[in-house]
Amino acid sequence: MAVAEHAAHAPAGAAHAHGAGPADGRPLEYRDPHQSVKILGFWLFLATDMLLFACLFATYLVLRTHTDGGPTARELFDIPGFTAETFILLTSSFTGGLATLCMRNGNKKWLMAWLAVTMLLGLSFVGLEAKEFAADVAEGANMQRSAFLSAFFTLVGTHGSHVSVGIVWMFLTLLQVARRGITEITARKVFIVNLYWHFLDVVWVFIFTVVYLSGVVM
Amino acid sequence: MPAGFQHFADTYLMWNEGPLIWMSDALIVLTSLGIVGALTYFKRWKWLWREWLTTVDHKKIGIMYLIAALLMLFRGGVDAELMRTQLALPGVHFLDAEHYDQIFTTHGTIMILFMAMPFIFALFNIVVPLQIGARDVAFPYLNAISFWLFFFGAMLFNISFVFGGSPDAGWTSYPPLTELGFDKGPGENFYLLGLQISGIGSIATGINFLATILKMRAPGMTLMRMPLFTWSVLAACVVIIFAFPALTIALALLMLDRIVGTHFFTMLHGGNPMMFINLFWIWGHPEVYIVILPAFGVFSEVVATFARKRIFGYSSMVAALMAISIISYFVWAHHFFTMGAGADVNTFFAVATMAVGIPTGVKVFNWLFTLFRGRIRMQLPMLWTLAFVPCFAIGGATGVMLAVAPADYQYHNSYFLIAHFHQVLIGGVVFGMLAGMYYWWPKMFGFKLDERLGRWAFWFFNIGFYVCFMPQYALGFMGMQRRMYTYPADTGWGTLNFVSTIGAYLMGIGFLFIVLQVLYSIKYGERDLTGDPWDGRTLEWSLPSPVPHYNFAVIPTVTDRDMWWVLKQEGRTEELRPKPEEIQPIHMPKNSGRPFLMGFAFFVAGLGFVFNWHVLAALGLLGVVACMIARSFEYDDEYQIPVEEIEYTEAALGRL
Repeated sequence: MAVAEHAAHAPAGAAHAHGAGPADGRPLEYRDPHQSVKILGFWLFLATDMLLFACLFATYLVLRTHTDGGPTARELFDIPGFTAETFILLTSSFTGGLATLCMRNGNKKWLMAWLAVTMLLGLSFVGLEAKEFAADVAEGANMQRSAFLSAFFTLVGTHGSHVSVGIVWMFLTLLQVARRGITEITARKVFIVNLYWHFLDVVWVFIFTVVYLSGVVM
Repeated sequence: MPAGFQHFADTYLMWNEGPLIWMSDALIVLTSLGIVGALTYFKRWKWLWREWLTTVDHKKIGIMYLIAALLMLFRGGVDAELMRTQLALPGVHFLDAEHYDQIFTTHGTIMILFMAMPFIFALFNIVVPLQIGARDVAFPYLNAISFWLFFFGAMLFNISFVFGGSPDAGWTSYPPLTELGFDKGPGENFYLLGLQISGIGSIATGINFLATILKMRAPGMTLMRMPLFTWSVLAACVVIIFAFPALTIALALLMLDRIVGTHFFTMLHGGNPMMFINLFWIWGHPEVYIVILPAFGVFSEVVATFARKRIFGYSSMVAALMAISIISYFVWAHHFFTMGAGADVNTFFAVATMAVGIPTGVKVFNWLFTLFRGRIRMQLPMLWTLAFVPCFAIGGATGVMLAVAPADYQYHNSYFLIAHFHQVLIGGVVFGMLAGMYYWWPKMFGFKLDERLGRWAFWFFNIGFYVCFMPQYALGFMGMQRRMYTYPADTGWGTLNFVSTIGAYLMGIGFLFIVLQVLYSIKYGERDLTGDPWDGRTLEWSLPSPVPHYNFAVIPTVTDRDMWWVLKQEGRTEELRPKPEEIQPIHMPKNSGRPFLMGFAFFVAGLGFVFNWHVLAALGLLGVVACMIARSFEYDDEYQIPVEEIEYTEAALGRL
């Protein structure tokens, strides 16, 4: 396949990569250097996104006690609520992993099924979070009340909107898998959207400990 | 005039502010009409769209960045001249205080974010793929998005001048001054949105070029065979990736404060303004290394080429670049030693700041040792490089003075500081970017810039620089603070300020000579027929000028550092010429209008947020989402250049 070897932006090592068949042990999404370079690019993006969250966490930690006489973390956080959110999101990360596994086994039907389950879990997570936020606001604990609440809603809300974007994105990926089957391109897309999903899961683990757990304990 | 129109004109077009704004309005309308008229008259609309607005070619994107950077250098320079005119004599009321505030704000913001950044991105784009033997960057489509986000971010920022009012709280935009209670106007919103949009583009560029350098190098080009400019881009990209998210958050939180009414940085309800200042400088200090590192890369290329010697201490140069990129994260608090964080914090940041001087010193000595016993040719890139060394050395030395935390209580925010950072930013970044522009200009356009006019520009700019900024060190010691719009005569600052203003005018004349030089050289400049006008050392000089859009007909195999130089020494240059039997069809990315449209959608959304026009903001964001979804479903985004076309192009260039 000379075409691929001389492609416009074939990364170094393209020639020898392309000759390899399915038997070379590398997963489908990594076989074409055009696709694998996108996975590297996405890892770099995740680094920037991680720093985005790092800055929000730092801001939250600085402003955590600045409640201005308003509701404190301990009064506000609803233990059953955030526990449920945590379980749902962690489970969705697991089902997302199962989707990748099915993709690697070439099982389109189950890949789509697990993606759908992951999206549903994501939707229920977002729903629970929206409910939690609405309840807080109803009690007068809105973003404008204190610096603590500004930081809390912004940090957790940024994560929530990332999850919402992830759901839409996963849906678009699902459509493409349905239409085109598991190809080098769709496999890369499924892999990347799952990377994103797992990343959000990791961020949530930090929100769970830094925001919610230490909020109700301290 | 109907009352409604009067209201609109006064609120948004600021017509009640008087003739200065009317003149600007008239000039902008005339210029726009001129551009539209010329494009229509010469039937160039299609050409503009096909060749430029939709391009994903790294070379063309680089040229667009370069044009934008030069235009912004002009705008920022005019701001500077206005400020220096205002300060030339004591008690002048050429500008009123409010306009002066706006002008120093736009001067700083434009010079850092809309001049220095696109200037380095211009060189990233034009040079890196050619130096590493690639046909484009890793993500050409994303590269176009980066450019258009920069472009529309800069437009949004600049439009504030005639639509709604310029920001006026300094380029650092510190709260609580920038909170809604103290700064109602839309100017500050323009600042926040303009920087936010172009900042997203910068992050994408950082990701793109890091992936490009890590993954797209020609076979045989190991990391330690890479040209030093490419190394400097790698180092700068690492800093971009780790620093820009902090700016994104700082701007976003301040925007929430202003638009939603949160309390991150307010004085009431528990807000903490210092948090903004920390976040801002966690980006802001690495930012100055982002712009200086590529300049260091340029100097390394120029010194080796024009001394005709291998760079001295290549590995230590690489180590110094990486060391600077890491230390740059640990110095930010030196921008506010006077905050009162305590002796321990200040000591840490003072020591870290001084430590940056060590790798920088290594680089300076390596350049000097490369020059030592070299056969030096005094052409324009080399002139600017030689001018850089003493200038940056003085700027670095005053930097170390500022880094001494107890002494900084004396210098803080005085003209001593102003002189220091202009010396490193002009002496380092501007000199470096100009050297790079002169050096790679023939590669971009196929002709050299005129040497004689260039020397006029060089001397005016350099002498002007010292005349302008040396007095400011003294003014700082005499107690003159930054951002004061006028001063009484009995301060005794008049003479030195007058001298400084003369220097600023000399620099302005220098810039005009550069403009003249470009215009003159388009017609009369020496044509570059060999592709290697400077007797260069790296792969880009093995290609014809300008480079065919696929760059390399056959991807070279690299066996040495300074590959092209080695081949020339050994008489083996034929090896890099394409052989007919080796030419294969080339896959290239297709042009796309979507990056432009997406940038425009961001602009619309930004404008909506600036004026709290929520419908417009929502429409803009919908446009952004629509572009992204359309891209997700795009599978056919490449085309193939057939062998015959490549053979034809190469033969026309005399390379087959």
